[in-house]
Amino acid sequence: MLKYIFREVSRGFSPGLRRFSDVKVTENVAESPTFPHLIEQASLYLHWPYCLRRCTYCNFNKYIPKEDNEDIMAKCLQRETETLLQLSQVSCITSVFFGGGTPSLAHPSTIAKILETVSNQVYLSDEAEVTLEVNPTPVGMSKLKDFHFAGVNRFSIGVQSLQDEHLKSLGRDHSSLEALQTLEEARRLCPGGVSVDIMFGRPEQTIESWSNELSEMLRVCDDHVSLYQLTLERGTQLFKQVHCGQVTMPTEEMTAEMYRCARKTLQQHGFQQYEVSNFAKNNSQSRHNLSYWKGKQYIGVGPGAHGRFVPLGEGGATREARTQTLEPDVWIREVQQRGHGTRRRIQLGHLELLEEVLVMGMRMTKGINHKHWELFNPELGLHEIFGASPVVQELLQNGQLILDDRGLRCSWDGLAVLDSILPILLLELDKQSFPKAAS
Amino acid sequence: MSYSLVKPLCDTALLGRVLPFKVCRRKMPGYNMSYRVLRPRWMKCFPVLSSSFRSLSTQPAKDGVDLSKFPVDKIRNFCIIAHIDHGKSTLADRMLEMTGAIAKTEKNKQVLDKLQVERERGITVKAQTASLFYSHDRQEYLLNLIDTPGHVDFSYEVSRSLSACQGVLLIIDANQGIQAQTVANFYLAFEAQLTIIPVINKIDLKNADPERVESQIEKVFDIPREECIRISAKLGTNVETVLQAVVERIPPPAGSIDDPFKALVFDSNFDHYRGVVANIAVFGGRVKKGDKIVSAYLCKTYEVNELGLLRPEEHPTQKLSTQTQTSEHDLRPGGMFEHILRPSPDRYIQKEHDTNHTSIFLPFAGQVGYIVAGMKDVKEAQIGDTLYHQEQPVEALPGFKPAKAMVFAGMYPTDQSEYPTLRSAIERLTLNDSSVTVQRDSSLALGAGWRLGFLGLLHMEVFNQRLEQEYNASVIVTVPTVPYKAVLSSAKLIKEHGSEELTIVNPAQFPDRSVVSEYLEPMVLGTILAPETHTGKIMSLCLSRRAVQKNMVYVDDQRVMMKYLFPLNEIVVDFYDLLKSLSSGYASFDYENAGYQTADLIKMDILLNGRPVEELTTIVHRDRAYSTGKAMCERLKESIPRQMFEIAVQAAIGSKVIARETIKAYRKNVLAKCYGGDITRKMKLLKKQADGKKKMRRIGNIEVPKDAFISILKRKEK
Repeated sequence: MLKYIFREVSRGFSPGLRRFSDVKVTENVAESPTFPHLIEQASLYLHWPYCLRRCTYCNFNKYIPKEDNEDIMAKCLQRETETLLQLSQVSCITSVFFGGGTPSLAHPSTIAKILETVSNQVYLSDEAEVTLEVNPTPVGMSKLKDFHFAGVNRFSIGVQSLQDEHLKSLGRDHSSLEALQTLEEARRLCPGGVSVDIMFGRPEQTIESWSNELSEMLRVCDDHVSLYQLTLERGTQLFKQVHCGQVTMPTEEMTAEMYRCARKTLQQHGFQQYEVSNFAKNNSQSRHNLSYWKGKQYIGVGPGAHGRFVPLGEGGATREARTQTLEPDVWIREVQQRGHGTRRRIQLGHLELLEEVLVMGMRMTKGINHKHWELFNPELGLHEIFGASPVVQELLQNGQLILDDRGLRCSWDGLAVLDSILPILLLELDKQSFPKAAS
Repeated sequence: MSYSLVKPLCDTALLGRVLPFKVCRRKMPGYNMSYRVLRPRWMKCFPVLSSSFRSLSTQPAKDGVDLSKFPVDKIRNFCIIAHIDHGKSTLADRMLEMTGAIAKTEKNKQVLDKLQVERERGITVKAQTASLFYSHDRQEYLLNLIDTPGHVDFSYEVSRSLSACQGVLLIIDANQGIQAQTVANFYLAFEAQLTIIPVINKIDLKNADPERVESQIEKVFDIPREECIRISAKLGTNVETVLQAVVERIPPPAGSIDDPFKALVFDSNFDHYRGVVANIAVFGGRVKKGDKIVSAYLCKTYEVNELGLLRPEEHPTQKLSTQTQTSEHDLRPGGMFEHILRPSPDRYIQKEHDTNHTSIFLPFAGQVGYIVAGMKDVKEAQIGDTLYHQEQPVEALPGFKPAKAMVFAGMYPTDQSEYPTLRSAIERLTLNDSSVTVQRDSSLALGAGWRLGFLGLLHMEVFNQRLEQEYNASVIVTVPTVPYKAVLSSAKLIKEHGSEELTIVNPAQFPDRSVVSEYLEPMVLGTILAPETHTGKIMSLCLSRRAVQKNMVYVDDQRVMMKYLFPLNEIVVDFYDLLKSLSSGYASFDYENAGYQTADLIKMDILLNGRPVEELTTIVHRDRAYSTGKAMCERLKESIPRQMFEIAVQAAIGSKVIARETIKAYRKNVLAKCYGGDITRKMKLLKKQADGKKKMRRIGNIEVPKDAFISILKRKEK
């Protein structure tokens, strides 16, 4: 659920199933003639669709398994990984992320087999970040060592809250004590490579209780924190509860204050915000997630996974937005029959690609630097696109946006209202790319 | 001019809002006539009787009617007037049946109300006229029933219709008693010095209390109770007595066949093939096909192409001399109905019609009929205009006034791509309604549209409803406004405008106080009838609307009649709804125009962060500025989404801010998550927002969605 993102870095000794080499990861990668280097590498996301139970707030793609089909699942994940790596023709996988669902339910050997599959086919550096999302239950904790041995060098732990009554009402299957124990074990295994997910804007949460909870968390956490706001999604149990008035959500004003207060507290504790929801110290950013925000290629494997890459293997020349089949049983059947369960492929036009680069890039505190932009759009620079627009000028003058020698980025205040800024930027991008059509 | 489609409804008092209450009762199943039939406006529901010259009511018609048998003293011209739903149309139906104009069947309900909106609302929009043949004391009479719209919006048309009559049937519901519109209609007839025959209808109802109604009539109208006729139009009880009373009590028209030709236009329609069809009442002389006639208002000359009786359908005549003979067949309604309306034949009298006969007929003094004379536009046949022979000019009949719009509203297509469709719908509707004024307009927020002027609120409602029902047009209708006037003080401006008084329809034209000696606003005299228990609440409502009480009378021991002088502006929006709700539906309301009065008017601007929003500028009375401004600010606050900065929403008079609301800035607006690379949904949402921005109106740096304007400018649904 909430961990959709990765954090980065792991150092740690990884057992080395992977080839070692010194290849540097090129910053430019490219697809299409314009940016040839972008296409040589990608990050890899693997989706484990199963959970033991359903959290009350979650509408993500996950299933409660009916039977033990781990073997089949493991084989299919490997098979699809092979197929898609082949299709993408990348020579290097820069990071791997096991998300879900609850991937810590998977057997460590499954993780090992998949990583082996990857290294057998492409270059996967020992240094490459390999993250696994972990539910901090006693069972999850007991497997951490084996996961680590299988090649995982970064754990993202779904602590969510340190208040037991909240964990219970959210439908989580762990207690705060278990979370703390798991965290400790993970830090022992991967010092500096552990991230915690915490959630604010929870029902009945107050600004004060949030602030206390965060301080407590900061005493025990490692070098990376992901901060999520609970969003009410249709179709969830929580949504129903709120609608029948059984549960009250904090107001918009309150969640804004919670976010502001968390950013400040984290900063005071030496955590640097590098993205809307992500904070790190000691250079522990999630490389995997950074590669999303930098508009790099990624391959999504597993039911419902999303990917963005150029299918060079079948002669493709443009990046595609690809989605795998959602339901695990159907996905398994497809992988067994065809080698992959890709359900939808949409070719991204040049403008669409730029739009994604913009939307993702602006989530980072560093924003988009000129060089990064040029990679995707050598014809028209950030100044040319945004500099002349009166609406953008207003944002610059109001101090919400910054456009300078480094590039385009949000100010501290601007980042909190990014979703109001993005439509403005998208519109300008559109106008400059198609000046006639927009007029 | 029949163009006025909207005639009013007879009954209802005010605004259409009222109408809906009663509406349903009158629906007529199965009747679906083509709308093209609209008749003259004022005539409302009654069909005219053109019935054939049949004889009496109950008797079968004789063959061969001879129009010459009807010298002036055998002609009676009359109207039926009533409050809404008191049974006007039903009585007309019965009279048509009894005189053989239409067959007697269960289905004869609102024969003359042909538009969907008429049936639904139980009102008459397009009046009908019918000539009836009736024998009384062995004499045959030609009874011209001139239907009137009856609603005050159309009081001018009503007064023109009345001027073609010598008497009226004033129908009053035996259960409900006198209502606001009964009073308004009575006075119109009374002032026209017509013979008034009070008819108490619905005596078959369980709660009927004709005694009480007779007392009210005595008290309010000073008509002796012996003159009242108690009937049940539904069952036909005593309808014959009503017909007899028409003959006996109403005087014949005054004109003479030997005078020069002189006719009053009391309605008109537009026919795509023949042009304008004007309904006329002949006050003197005669006219025939080929004659050259002149309209007194426009001084244009026309050649008469076609003449005929309305029975209620048009029935052409070749000549009009008094001597012509009319074949009875021709006059039969069955014939004309079938021909023109194609309703199921069994509705009408089953007579065969002989198409070989030419009906003759027409216009001599005292008679009523239609004329087609090559007029191309309904505006050429204005209601109240006088027609005369080219060689024999006469003095125009008194009382003619061109239609004057009293309520204005903007109409915009919901989607600009529907502009052409809406344009053609409006064109077609106004083709038959010369009283609607149309002006192109455009709003930065709502796009291209029109500013339409109507005779009154009901007129406007009916027009809108027809647009939607008959043309399936989806329209944004703005809050109605009234025409203000400014008396200019500067000689230079007076010269510029050509007159001292300037009528202001659009707030943008509002002249500054410094060049104006006074502002004027339109007033109406409102009549409210309500149970005594509600008077307190009604009085405070009126007071809050700047109304001045003119009089208050107990019509009996339970009901009170109050007269108030209202600024029209105070009743155009929601007055009637409030009145209905605080009286549990028992109050009735009607109004008539009462000229202009000095008013302390000011122009109020709505500002967003200090910048005026042009389309929200309003003219208000100083006393109402605060409440109006406050309400507008509150509605804007609700409909403008939060933005990255704070927005001050203010109402201001000149530089003085009188009301303010604040839309707080977004403190946080960012999605704090990003599921495993699935950004498709997020991208879609952001792009939709980006597209939405293109459609927003920017005031300074504030983006205002079109919906915000709509929520403020649009009339609220009832």
